Amino acid sequence: MNSKSIMIVGVGGQGTLLAGRIIGNAALAAGYDVKVSEVHGMSQRGGSVVTYVKYGESISSPVICRGEADIILAFEQMEALRWSPYLKNDGLLITSNQMINPMPVITGAAHYNENIIEKLTATGIRIETLDAAGIAQAVGNDKASNIAIIGALAGHIENDGITREILTDTITAYLPQKHLKTNLEAFEMAQCR
Amino acid sequence: MEKNTKLMLGNEAVARGLFEAGCGFVSSYPGTPSTEITEFAAKYDEIYAEWAPNEKVSAEAAHGAAVAGVRAFCGMKHVGLNVAADLFFTAAYTGVNAGFVAAVADDPGMHSSQNEQDSRHYARAAKLPMLEPADSAECKSYTVAAFELSEQFDTPVLLRLTTRIAHSQSVTPLDERKNIPKPEYVKDPAKYVMMPANARGRHDIVEDRLLNLKEYSETCSLNYTEYNTARIGIISSGIAYQYAREIFGKSVSYLKLGMVWPLPDKLLLEFASKVERVIVVEELDDIIESYCRSLGIKCEGKNLLPLTGEYSQEILAERLKGRKYEFKGVNEPVPPRPPVLCPGCPHRGIFYVLRKLKLFVSGDIGCYTLGALPPLLAMDTTLCMGASVSGLHGKVKAIPQEASSSIAVIGDSTFIHSGLTGLAGIAYNRSNANILILDNSITGMTGHQHNPTTGYTLKGEETRIIELESLCRALGIDSVSVVDPYDIAQCESVIKAELAKDCPSVIIARRPCVLLKSVKKENPYKTDPAHCKGCKACMAAGCPALSFGDKKAAIDSVLCTGCGICARLCKFGAITKKDQL
Ligand SMILES: Cc1ncc(C[n+]2csc(CCOP(=O)(O)OP(=O)(O)O)c2C)c(N)n1
Repeated sequence: MNSKSIMIVGVGGQGTLLAGRIIGNAALAAGYDVKVSEVHGMSQRGGSVVTYVKYGESISSPVICRGEADIILAFEQMEALRWSPYLKNDGLLITSNQMINPMPVITGAAHYNENIIEKLTATGIRIETLDAAGIAQAVGNDKASNIAIIGALAGHIENDGITREILTDTITAYLPQKHLKTNLEAFEMAQCR
Repeated sequence: MEKNTKLMLGNEAVARGLFEAGCGFVSSYPGTPSTEITEFAAKYDEIYAEWAPNEKVSAEAAHGAAVAGVRAFCGMKHVGLNVAADLFFTAAYTGVNAGFVAAVADDPGMHSSQNEQDSRHYARAAKLPMLEPADSAECKSYTVAAFELSEQFDTPVLLRLTTRIAHSQSVTPLDERKNIPKPEYVKDPAKYVMMPANARGRHDIVEDRLLNLKEYSETCSLNYTEYNTARIGIISSGIAYQYAREIFGKSVSYLKLGMVWPLPDKLLLEFASKVERVIVVEELDDIIESYCRSLGIKCEGKNLLPLTGEYSQEILAERLKGRKYEFKGVNEPVPPRPPVLCPGCPHRGIFYVLRKLKLFVSGDIGCYTLGALPPLLAMDTTLCMGASVSGLHGKVKAIPQEASSSIAVIGDSTFIHSGLTGLAGIAYNRSNANILILDNSITGMTGHQHNPTTGYTLKGEETRIIELESLCRALGIDSVSVVDPYDIAQCESVIKAELAKDCPSVIIARRPCVLLKSVKKENPYKTDPAHCKGCKACMAAGCPALSFGDKKAAIDSVLCTGCGICARLCKFGAITKKDQL
C-alpha cells in the first residue's frame, strides 16, 4: 500500500485534535508507521485548525500539502471549502453539514460562502456529508460529533486493515469512561447513515 | 518481542527523554510550541517540575540544580531564550556539574509567535553545542544524548525544536530510566565565580571546548551521511530534512546533521567533494549554508528557498524540482477564520471600553492580544512580554500631555513575567502611566498554566498567592483599584477617573477565564425579536455567540456563557437571560 494522508479540518474547540489522535493510534495498532501533526496555541481560540494524519510503511514529512490528501474530514462546511485544494484528484471529502460563522462574517465584513456542498460536488470531487451535530444530539452528547465523523471514515480505511474493531478499541482507550457509551453510539450511528 | 513503542508528540518525547536520562529538576516558563514538554515532565513522580515566573529564572534555577549535582532542564519558546540569554552566555564559561539541557522551540511560520527568529544564532554566539531532532524518536534519544554531552564536555547543551517537531506525533521507542550517580559539588570559585580574573581563564576553556566539540561532531552518530547518488547532495537538519526526504527519497544523497553547532568541517568538505551539486535545506536563516561557504564549499540554498515562513514538501518540490501545483476545484475566496476571544472571555468588556474611550493602548502578549482584531480594534502596539508597561512609560515621559489618553494592558502571567520591573521604573521615575492588569487568574494563551497569582503549582499542589494589589502598592503605586470586567459601566468610570488623576495607577480587571473548570457557566442570554431594533450595538462586542441576520441579532445558546456584556450594550432591553423571558 502507498502511504495514506488524512486531513482533519475544523474550528478550534471542535475536537479535531482528539480525532487525529484516535485515527493515528488506530493506524499504529494496525501496524503502520504513523505521523500526526497538530496545531496548538493561538489558532485554537476559535480559529481555523487542521490536523494531519499519515500512515504507511515509512512516513517522512508529517504535513500534507495541496493535492496530497486521500481523505479530508471536515467538521465544518466553510473549512471543507477552504481546505479542498488539499485533496488528491481522486480523493474523498467527508464533511459535516455544520456551519459556524467566522468573525469577519459576524462583523459583516464578509459573507459565508453559499451552497458549498453543491459547488464542491459540481467540481467532481467525491463527497459524503453527514449531520455530525445531529448525531451528537441524538445520542445526548454535544461533544460526540468528532467520534461520529470517525464513524463516517471507518468504512474507507477498513481495507487498510484499520478495522472497526481497532477503531472502537482506540476510542475506548482515549475517551473517559463516563462519555464512552454515547460516543460509541455516535460512532455506530454514523456508519449506518 | 518488539520494543515498547508509543505514538508521541515531539514535546512528550523530550519529556520521556528527561525521564530516561535520570533528569531530576525541570523549571520552565510556558510558551508555544514548547509548553507540553514541561507538562509531560510533571507527570513523572521521579522529576521535580515547576513553572518559573519567566525564562531567565527557569534557566538560572536549572543551572543551579545542575551545578549542585542533579541533571536539570528548562524549556522555552524561541523568544524565551532572549529573556534567558544572559544566563547562557556565562554558563558557557562556568560549565555544569551534572548535565544541564535547555530546549528552545522555534516557530517558523509564526503559528503562535510575534517573530520568527532562528535560535541557532544563540548556539553560535554563546559557543554552546546545539542538537536538532527530526522526529519524536530523535526528540527522545537526542535529549538523552544531550545530557551525556553536557557532562562529557562540561557545558550546557541546547536542544532546538521547531513547531512541526514539537507538535507532531511519531512512533517513539520507550526505555527504562537510567540510574545516574550524583556527582559531588566541589567548591571551585575559579570555575563558578565569574568575575574578570576568573572569567578570562574560563574563556580560553570555552574556546578549547568548542574545538573539542567540533572534533566530536566529525564522527558522532548524531551526524550521518547517506550516499545514494553523486548528482545531488542535500545538507539538512530537523524537519527540513523530512521534507527533503519526502520529495527526493533515495534519488539524492544526504548529510543529515543532528548536531547543528558546532558544525563538522571535515564531514561537510568530504560530503561536498563526493557530490556534483550541494543544496543546503534549512528553515529560517542560512546558518549552515553560510558556514559551508566559509569552508569554500560551493553550495546552493537561499538562492532557491525562502528565508521566511515555514517550509513544506510542496515548497521544496516547487523550488527544487519545478513541480507546479495545479488547482482544480471551487474558485472562490473563503473568508479567513482568525482566532477570537471566546464567548464569555473577561477580556472582551475591557477592550469594548478602551475602544469606546478612544485610548492609545500599549498592548502585550496573551489571549488579550486578540483585542487588537476587529471589531474591538483596541490595541496600538504589541512587541514582547512586558513592553506594554515600559513602552507606555517611555511614551508618557516623552509626551506628558498624552498620559491621560493612554493606557497599558497586560495579563497576570505576563505581568509577573516582566511587567513588575517596568512598574518599578514607573514609580521610581515618577511617571504618570496607567496600567490595566487583565487578571483572568491563569496563563490563558498557552493553554491554562498556573502562575504565581493562581494559588497552585505545576504539580497541582496548593501554594501561596501573590496578591497583585499589595504587590503593586509595594512597588510604589498608591492608586490601585479592582474592577469586574463584566461590569462595563464600572470599568469605564474607574478608567476615566484614574486617567484624570495626576499620578501613576494600576487597575486590576479581575475575573477568571471562562474556560476554567472551576468557573460555572451562567444561563445563556437570548434576543427578543419584538424588541430588537437591528441597531447592531451588541455586535460591537465581537462575540462569536452573536450573529446578525434578517435585520435582527441572535444568540447561539450553546456558545453563550451568560456573561451579559451584549445585554448591557442593548439600549432596548431586547437581550435578556433565558429564564427571565
Ligand atoms: C518571552 C516569552 N515567553 C513566553 C511567551 C509565550 N506566551 C505568550 S502569551 C503568554 C501568557 C499569557 O498569559 P497572561 O498574561 O496571563 O494572559 P492570558 O493569555 O491569560 O490572557 C505566554 C506565556 C512569549 N510570547 N514570550
